[in-house]
Amino acid sequence: MSNTVLQMNDITMQFGGVVAVNSLSMHVDKGEIVSLIGPNGAGKTTAFNVITGVYAPTNGNVFFAGKKIIENHPTGKMKKLYAGTDNGKYTEHLEPTPDQITKLGIARTFQNIRLWKSQTVFDNVLIAKHLRRTSNVFTATFRLNRAEEKRQREETAELLDILGLSAVKDNNCTSLPYGLQRRLEIARALATEPTLLLLDEPAAGMNPQETLELTEFIGKIRDDFKLTVCMIEHHMDLVMNISDRIYVLNFGALISKGTPAQIQADPAVIAAYLGEDKNA
Amino acid sequence: MGFFQTNLPYLLAGISTGGQYALIAIGYTMVYGILRLINFAHGDVFMCAALMVIYSVSFLPLYISLPLAVIATGLLGFAIERVAYKPLRTAPRMSAMISAIGMSYLLQNLALYVTGGLTKYYPPVPYIADSIEIFGAMTKRVTVITPFITIILIFALVSIIKYTKIGIAMRAVSRDFETAQLMGVKINSVISATFVIGSVLAAIGSILFFSNYTGVTPTVGGMPGLKAFVAAVFGGIGSIPGAVIGAFIIGICENIIKGLGWTTFSDAFTFVLLIIVLMFMPTGLFGEKATDKV
Amino acid sequence: MDTAKRKDLILSFVLLALVFVITAVLEMVLPTTSMLFTVLKKGSIYALVAVSMNLLNGFTGLFSLGQAGFMLLGAYTYAILTIPVKARATVYQYYDGGIIQFAVPVAVGIILAGVVAAFAAYLIGLPVLHLKSDYLAIATLGFAEIIRAIFQWDKLGGLTNGSNLLRKFPIFRSTLFPFFVSGLCIAIIVLLINSTYGRAFKAIRDDEVAAEAMGINLAHHKRLAFTISSFFAGISGALLAMFQTTVQASQFKSAMTYEILLIVVIGGIGSITGSCISSFLFIACSEWWLRFLDNADTYIGSYHLAMLRPGFRKVVFSIVIMAIVLLYQRGIMGDKEFSIAGLRRLFKGKKKEAKA
Repeated sequence: MSNTVLQMNDITMQFGGVVAVNSLSMHVDKGEIVSLIGPNGAGKTTAFNVITGVYAPTNGNVFFAGKKIIENHPTGKMKKLYAGTDNGKYTEHLEPTPDQITKLGIARTFQNIRLWKSQTVFDNVLIAKHLRRTSNVFTATFRLNRAEEKRQREETAELLDILGLSAVKDNNCTSLPYGLQRRLEIARALATEPTLLLLDEPAAGMNPQETLELTEFIGKIRDDFKLTVCMIEHHMDLVMNISDRIYVLNFGALISKGTPAQIQADPAVIAAYLGEDKNA
Repeated sequence: MGFFQTNLPYLLAGISTGGQYALIAIGYTMVYGILRLINFAHGDVFMCAALMVIYSVSFLPLYISLPLAVIATGLLGFAIERVAYKPLRTAPRMSAMISAIGMSYLLQNLALYVTGGLTKYYPPVPYIADSIEIFGAMTKRVTVITPFITIILIFALVSIIKYTKIGIAMRAVSRDFETAQLMGVKINSVISATFVIGSVLAAIGSILFFSNYTGVTPTVGGMPGLKAFVAAVFGGIGSIPGAVIGAFIIGICENIIKGLGWTTFSDAFTFVLLIIVLMFMPTGLFGEKATDKV
Repeated sequence: MDTAKRKDLILSFVLLALVFVITAVLEMVLPTTSMLFTVLKKGSIYALVAVSMNLLNGFTGLFSLGQAGFMLLGAYTYAILTIPVKARATVYQYYDGGIIQFAVPVAVGIILAGVVAAFAAYLIGLPVLHLKSDYLAIATLGFAEIIRAIFQWDKLGGLTNGSNLLRKFPIFRSTLFPFFVSGLCIAIIVLLINSTYGRAFKAIRDDEVAAEAMGINLAHHKRLAFTISSFFAGISGALLAMFQTTVQASQFKSAMTYEILLIVVIGGIGSITGSCISSFLFIACSEWWLRFLDNADTYIGSYHLAMLRPGFRKVVFSIVIMAIVLLYQRGIMGDKEFSIAGLRRLFKGKKKEAKA
């Protein structure tokens, strides 16, 4: 248990009567790369949104580094609509905002790139360091935080160097090619100094060559920054190459879990992706 | 009976003002439903409608000048959309809103120039501006007939939206702008129609409103405009019945507050109501919930 | 690179000092009634409020229309607190000399003007700041109207003098006073915008969801921007009161907020220098340069220009504004800043072009 970074228990996320995630339990251990796969609309991004505090789950809880960070159970109108079997296991209402979660050490990237469009590459990363500040608005305005500002700028430069973005650091972020924008999103997430990194389709829209580079890149940052990584991905070669373990979601529910080899052999997974062969 | 008699005029006035606000509010709510734009110039269109009547009546008989002013206001609404909003259709929402504020500024300054800054007085419209007595209280006939006119017009409007082709197109566009466009809905004519309908209703509202309060100044449209907008928000923006109910509630409350001797706060009350609605039910009485996708 | 930056900074300060000196000299040379000083005084006051609005609308992406309300708070706070005790009996003639029977020094009055506006903004911000774009605009507009109604309420007459004028408070004579106060405040806003907090504001403007995901506390930062912006709006309200020598609540209508918004738009949303330049241009046009359009006795040769009569100026002016809003959406400066370095770049760029 002490080795578990993230633990989700019976997470259910309902929007009215629609069940997006159905009683999902999963865990991610320290240093692992765990992938979350499944057909479109399976509830993968919703699961990420629950972990990062964008949505408060309908039921269930989440532990991070041994500490309970999120918990909820259906109340009010939701009680009637709730599809799961709530056995009263969860009693608290612990609903942190996304920024609080990030402060704890969980950072994410977005499926559809969400950089700060008017900012340079450098500033995109520097802004992400804002949450680790010790200055307040007064000391920052009157430049009483010079040392910290200098340190954060140096760290930003260093981070861009490691991720190979130094050459473009003064460009506007929207001028970067697609692959570099994704990389910048990862750089920005790393700037928040996370221990757990959530990647939402990091290879989306990349060609095989870029995907291959990304595979190496993710392994490298995991080692360099002593990270635990959880990612959503559709590129199966990437997933199978890099993942220690895989969870498979379909229609919001967990249908399989295990090592890449186990997943590839699981008939339930094949059925979910290819459809059941009715003639067999 | 005594209480009833002292408060009846305020209640009646409230229902009547409510009807007038409703006619303005429809223009706001329809435009917002389709373009997601607060048409700040709408209150000034309402004021312009009144000025048109005042100026045209000096050389035309009233029975011609009234319908003429209604038609001209419709055209004004059409022109405003073409000039101030159409070029900004793909621009950020803030730009269109700024353009609306600029348009309002322009219309007010035009009116200031034309009127020379003097208060103009609305011509008495026979029949509706006559004084009558109900339950022992003296009032103008417009007070009594406004709610009926409002309701008839709203039924007409709802039928247009429900059964005509342009009405169906309007509903499609307000549901999903881009998809409607892809499905071959002529977006520009739908938007123009919306502005024309909204302006025509505001013009009719202005005939009723100024038969009651006859003074017309360049800024006279501002407050009724804002109140009608609040009514639209209160009812759930985009919803026509919502706007109408909201307008009646605001009209009645405002006049009762005046009756209680709190005239200073009759305008502020509207905004207090607005803020309460936004805080506790941001989508209003009949509005639809919108969520942001991450 | 750093030395070049320092050089530019010094140059900017020299330029600013020069502006002050020239203004001081002009004040000695020209008659005090000159329109130039009206424009410079009012322009600098509007520059401050425009910059404070830009901090919200341009840099934090919060579309607020409450500026006139906060200016009203500032103007009233200043006036109420600084009217000399001796003059109170005549000012508050309908309210037995008012309930406040002390006066604070001018500087304290100005700072308190900001503090009161900021405190009101803090309270107003609690319920409204989570609202989305246009709803926030209309809610803040509503609060400004509520504030105005409260200040006109005769039950509070002992404090606000009801709907009557407040007057006889200390005013300024020299243009250098509003220059200095506005300049100082704008400098502080610039420092804020270039600090880590300013960067966070811009992140919120660019993408709220991403900003929150990167650990920026939205509620806290929006409230900060709103409160600080209102603080400076309050100070500009106090300056405006001093400039006008009288204060009346009925003057702070939403039309005033619209004017400030148009100044910000003309200058370029997200540009401080743009807001400053356009404030002076706006005030100069509306108070001075376009005055001739209001003159009904204008002839070209013997032809009487019948169009020119009072009010025409404002029509022309609003058409120009609409043209800018529609055709030149980025305003004078876009989101760029006027700077020595930029000027140098522009100059060098031109030279290069000439060479090529």
